[in-house]
Amino acid sequence: MTSPPLWLDALVALLVVVGAAFALVGSWGLAKLSDFLKRLHGPTKATTLGVGCVLIASALMFSVVKGAPSLHELLITLFLFLTAPVSAHLLIKTAVKLGVSDTPPPPPD
Amino acid sequence: MSLLATVLPWAIGAFVIALALNAWRLLRGPTLADRILALDTLYINTIALLVLLGMQLRTELYFEAALVIGMLGFVGTVVLSKYVLRGDIVE
Repeated sequence: MTSPPLWLDALVALLVVVGAAFALVGSWGLAKLSDFLKRLHGPTKATTLGVGCVLIASALMFSVVKGAPSLHELLITLFLFLTAPVSAHLLIKTAVKLGVSDTPPPPPD
Repeated sequence: MSLLATVLPWAIGAFVIALALNAWRLLRGPTLADRILALDTLYINTIALLVLLGMQLRTELYFEAALVIGMLGFVGTVVLSKYVLRGDIVE
């Protein structure tokens, strides 16, 4: 195993931290927000971005450790980024069918 | 990679907390759409957790598992949504 330069170590660590923070914020929004259409925001944007950061960090780390480009993770990243909008669209259609937010609450006085 | 070794346990802990929040929404969710959304987020976070575990243990054994979870999770979300939308899966 080759010893990587410091900037690469810092870049991978930064990507992991940013990815974990985005995923945590997205899941927190899913648990906390009040309406289904608000709750859909967190997972579909923040969590997908967080997972993308983690996967890119993993690709960088295994490329350094093995000494050859490691491309499995880019496959997962591509697949996730292709399927996330499709599933979000289907969830919106499900919510409309169920009538989740047909009557919005009145504004506060 | 000492910086990464310092950071990895905290990132794994953050993803475990995220999974717990998703499970809470899955159990509590007032509507069916909330539960499907919670399952969708749950599998996406599981992919990231498996990848982080692979980085911690320095093995590439978990990538295939992550890929399979990604594909089957997407199919599951589509099937559940279609079932709610049309009352039928295969037409």
